[in-house]
Amino acid sequence: MPVPILKQGDVLIASIQAALSDKDLAQLRDDLADRVGRFRIRGLVLDLTALDVLDSFATRMIRSIVYTSKLRGAETVVVGIQPDVAFAMVQLGLALDGVATALDLEDGLAILRRGIEGGNAGAA
Amino acid sequence: MLPETCVAIERDTDIVTARQKGRELAAATGFSTTDQTLVATAISEMARNIVTHAERGEIVLVALDDSGRRGIMVVARDEGPGIADAELAMKDGYSTANSLGVGLPGARRLMDEFHLASTLGKGTTVTMKKWVR
Repeated sequence: MPVPILKQGDVLIASIQAALSDKDLAQLRDDLADRVGRFRIRGLVLDLTALDVLDSFATRMIRSIVYTSKLRGAETVVVGIQPDVAFAMVQLGLALDGVATALDLEDGLAILRRGIEGGNAGAA
Repeated sequence: MLPETCVAIERDTDIVTARQKGRELAAATGFSTTDQTLVATAISEMARNIVTHAERGEIVLVALDDSGRRGIMVVARDEGPGIADAELAMKDGYSTANSLGVGLPGARRLMDEFHLASTLGKGTTVTMKKWVR
């Protein structure tokens, strides 16, 4: 199931609605990379509120999305990681080093807005 | 007869199915939502190992009742190439598949009991258990 991507000015919001297969995640990464260039995007919010598991592959794909977008000039904030999911990730030994995170969409957008308006300091 | 579920693992979407079935069984067994997430995550890693290294295999989920002590057993079985150095494969950060290398050692941390049996050329079986606290 493809992930809906909303555009709001120079920000994209990708809100994951259900458990994603590996192919869905790879598709999301490619879609975002394409749109960042096409719409001159400065910020991305990845909303993971609906995800009940983040395993090593999903974590690797999220890092890949964040780093790829960063190289294309857009900052990403990952929001909505559930407490149980965060706990399982830590036990598993997974981290999102160098990735900006926020509690929810509202916080994520505020962080991005500050980063974009504050010049090249960025959100990360 | 205690509930037992077998999920065939052949493609990436089967990984999602396996961990959803695992979460359902863990919930029915009486695990907290936190522990359900730990079990589902461990299953996801094991199912992923099958898809990455062996192409196909199965995940068997069994509810356990050891004289009132309830738990869940997860058996991940494949007939893939096997693991050459099991000790090395259990080390954090070691990977032959350009991944993060957290699967086996990480899953061991998520569960209470973990056993790896592998024969080169024959396949790998990982048996994991977790008990309701």
